[in-house]
Amino acid sequence: MRATTPRTLSGLALLCATALSLTACGSSGTDAGSAAGSGDAAVSASALQSALAKGGTITVWAWEPTLKQVVSDFEATYPKVHVDLVNAGTGDKQYTALQNAVQAGSGGPDVAQIEYYALGQFALGKSVQDLGKYGAAKLSGSYSTGPWNSVDIGGGVYALPMDSGPMALFYNKKVFDKYHLTVPTTWAQYLDDARRLHAADPNAYITNDTGDAGFTTSLIWQAGGHPYKVDGTKVSVDFTDAGSNAFTGTWQQLVSGKLLAPINSWSDQWYKALGDGSIATLATGAWMPANLVSGVPGGSGDWRVAPLPQWQAGQNASAENGGSSLAVMKASTHQDLAYAFAQFAAAGAGVQDRIKGGAFPATTADLNSPAFLNTAFPYFGGQQANQVFAQSAKNVVKGWQYLPYQVYANSIFNDTVGKAYVSSTTLAEGLKNWQDASLNYGTQQGFTTGK
Amino acid sequence: MTATTTPAPARAGTPDRRDRVRTPLPRPRRRHSVDRPRRSVTLTLLSSLVVLYTLLPLAWLVVSATKTQPDLLGSPGLWFSGRFALWDNITQTLSYDHHVFLRWLLNTLLYVVLGAGGATLLAVLAGYGLAKFDFRGKKAVFAVVIGAVAVPATALAVPTFLMFSKMGLTNTPWAVIIPSLVSPFGLYLMWVFSAEAVPAELLEAARVDGSGEVRTFFRIALPLLAPGIVTVLLFTVVATWNNYFLPLIMIKDPNWYPLTLGLNAWNDQAATAGGQPVFNLVITGSLLTIVPLVAAFLLLQRYWQSGLAAGSVKE
Amino acid sequence: MTVAAPPAPPGRSGRARFARVRRDWTGLGFAAPFLAVFALVFLAPIAYSVYLSLFQDRLIGGTTFVGIANYRQAVDDPQFWDGLGRVGLFLAVQVPVMLGIALLVALALDSGRLYGRDFFRITVFLPYAVPAVVATLMWGFLYGTRFGLVADLDRSFGITLPDPLSPHLILGSIGNIVTWEFIGYNMLIFYSALRVIPSSLYEAAAIDGAGQWRIVAAIKLPAIRGAVVIATVFSIIGSFQLFNEPSILRPLVPDSVTTSYTPNLYTYSLAFSGRQEDYAATVAIVMGVVTMVVAYAFQLRGMRKEA
Repeated sequence: MRATTPRTLSGLALLCATALSLTACGSSGTDAGSAAGSGDAAVSASALQSALAKGGTITVWAWEPTLKQVVSDFEATYPKVHVDLVNAGTGDKQYTALQNAVQAGSGGPDVAQIEYYALGQFALGKSVQDLGKYGAAKLSGSYSTGPWNSVDIGGGVYALPMDSGPMALFYNKKVFDKYHLTVPTTWAQYLDDARRLHAADPNAYITNDTGDAGFTTSLIWQAGGHPYKVDGTKVSVDFTDAGSNAFTGTWQQLVSGKLLAPINSWSDQWYKALGDGSIATLATGAWMPANLVSGVPGGSGDWRVAPLPQWQAGQNASAENGGSSLAVMKASTHQDLAYAFAQFAAAGAGVQDRIKGGAFPATTADLNSPAFLNTAFPYFGGQQANQVFAQSAKNVVKGWQYLPYQVYANSIFNDTVGKAYVSSTTLAEGLKNWQDASLNYGTQQGFTTGK
Repeated sequence: MTATTTPAPARAGTPDRRDRVRTPLPRPRRRHSVDRPRRSVTLTLLSSLVVLYTLLPLAWLVVSATKTQPDLLGSPGLWFSGRFALWDNITQTLSYDHHVFLRWLLNTLLYVVLGAGGATLLAVLAGYGLAKFDFRGKKAVFAVVIGAVAVPATALAVPTFLMFSKMGLTNTPWAVIIPSLVSPFGLYLMWVFSAEAVPAELLEAARVDGSGEVRTFFRIALPLLAPGIVTVLLFTVVATWNNYFLPLIMIKDPNWYPLTLGLNAWNDQAATAGGQPVFNLVITGSLLTIVPLVAAFLLLQRYWQSGLAAGSVKE
Repeated sequence: MTVAAPPAPPGRSGRARFARVRRDWTGLGFAAPFLAVFALVFLAPIAYSVYLSLFQDRLIGGTTFVGIANYRQAVDDPQFWDGLGRVGLFLAVQVPVMLGIALLVALALDSGRLYGRDFFRITVFLPYAVPAVVATLMWGFLYGTRFGLVADLDRSFGITLPDPLSPHLILGSIGNIVTWEFIGYNMLIFYSALRVIPSSLYEAAAIDGAGQWRIVAAIKLPAIRGAVVIATVFSIIGSFQLFNEPSILRPLVPDSVTTSYTPNLYTYSLAFSGRQEDYAATVAIVMGVVTMVVAYAFQLRGMRKEA
């Protein structure tokens, strides 16, 4: 528990205030940005101001629903700027479109929502702008470390963190009470609960899993694994380290014991199962509540949030799952406006809009604000769930790296590891195949690869 | 193929090409001594199995469109249950997200009118030109056009995208319409049909009368080609209406989505952090997407079936 | 494929050479708009693909000319051959089943022995109007072992049907969707061909006292051989290009349908997730050639039998 002293808190608040001043209070025209100190930043800030005053139209590709409100507030603050918010698909669908546009050299957006795991690929391909010239590096203190490390790639800042997904265990208290299960604090207990629950009701499962790259890597991350090591153009993949073994050791038993509901996340069956108690827990990112509220209205009051179970009793390790950033495209002809928007949405007044819309922030000021922490969630029976999430954000294990081509690697996860869920292949074998395929691709793409 | 202009003896209002296409035989339409053969219950029952198979998923779709989102999975798929919510679902589908469904419908109509209409026009012109005129390289044209059908669409997708992107066409309706303008199958049908349905003597006679080629085409050939045109139009309409892969790559702005992409986007919406699952709208929207085509089939079936017959008679 | 030889040109009895030349240009003039667009959306991309297939573009190192290296890679690529084998199996099983049912229905309709013939004809054709997206959505639901038709059947009869979406059965389940979508279309092609058989043939057979089955075997089937060849060739091409159904099903069953499940899906994944457009173009070209060879071989066989 790393308690934040009042002094650091106020320091953070100051940093935020200066960051926000560009946008939230910027229309006053005074150059508050200069308070940040660096001459560079001051120049950029006034340049941004004049760009905003001059106006123009920018296109934003994002699927995050709360950005609608952000856009309208941004346009209200800067009436001369028009923002075209386009949902070009969710996740990899959008990356495909983005990749196509980059390759074609036109037709792309000015700002794009990019998940943390995917950012490296675009940074490496020089498709997104290094935001150093806007002094973005100074925002580092404004964000929790997990998200910031994901946008800070090789010394450049390639996007601003928009939200984050510190993991927690969502569980259906009604089911737990009914079958007298204790909320697990370790994955061993989790396995135990899984067995007891499924034995008591063959239609009920501890959770659903049909093979999900993001989930698997997150749990290995939490277990302290570092399967990916990236150093410039040198990459290595090793799914036999201690963290990976910890994961496969437990998870293989869940798979072999048929203790996982064979339901795809996000399907209609899944939403139904979350509502009727046949899926009892979800270990996932802090962005989940909004989905529960809109997708599983029937489960309101049944669900609670607990810290992620631990691989070793007594630890309090956590990991990130999902979360995205806003990047400025290199091909954009309105980079100043684009950055101004990204900053408004990810560090400025837009953050509050998004929190109100149910998003989970990456800004430490908000993660530490009493108003945020004390918010009671009627869906969770009045629980102040943000406390669990905020704590999880602080406990994220440091040093995790994704591959610079993680989008592709994830796309072949089910070809390899997925086999463990539907055949006699073991998870460890599946991970080995995934490792080989990922390294193969790396070699093809010109990386120096090793194990 | 010596088609004659003997008017077909209409039977039950159906233009029957059999008599028109073939050498006219002044005979009553009695064949295998049973133009009204003994009806067979067994055969009807056997065929009913196929119909049952055909209707099964459609029945699920219709039944599901009457259910609310919570009832959707809470009850057997093939029978009504819970509140009858069809009208609610339709209203909701049409009005959801600022009536975006209507926008998609209009887009689809635009793509169909320009894409399928244009494809039919080009196929008719080219089919007629290839069937009724001789020119060098004609056989090569046929081989190349039909051979191109064998090239996977996905193979063309990336290069076409890159080319269109350089021309600034991506994310505009043209990116969907222009590729839809080519229907190799339509060309094939019109080629065969023109060869048969437009007698060379008629064209020669028109030329002797001093009629220009364009005028001859519109005045003489076009009316004779009508059944074939309806057939090709139907095929191209179905192809454009159901077009999915091409817009998926070309169009990123939901304002230009056709219905198929829009429905898919709604289906994906459930998978978005903070997104709202709207499976009931996906289902009702699917139903609404099918209905216009089915209606068109039913209304136009007399015409297109006769056109199709000509296409398959050749060999 | 040259399924039907191009129709013979109209007779040019005693026209002046001048007229012939003029007509030469007229014919081309009619075909020109089609050919222009065709060149833009078919020929140019194909040429571009061939060009791309000679290069390699890497995240580190950029684009280099590699000659036929991509083709060598394709020849040794187990994922490509797996996919090809799968669509080959699909072709061998699904196409005969689909065309067989379509032919039987067409013969039943044509026999005139059905009650409510028009109803049957239009109903069986209906699925053709359903977009692949919707068809796959509907069947995907019916296949469900928890809430779908399979689940309902299990519950009603107290049995446990095998999961149609499991890796062993998924190919069959995809085949079923494709069959459902295209029975009506093929039925219509056969039916239309049957309808134009000259009545005189039936009359002759009737005089000879031939029964229904004899008429089918001796008159109807030979007469529509051309239509059967066309339908088969189109189905062969369709099978080799199998993409829509597995691709739309994939999110539902990611462990059963891999990214290289069919060659076309593989091409798509390579180009769009793997940013290997060059290699994707190569695989697509190889696949196009294989398709053409098989379709052409089949057609030659079909034709020879007829001769």
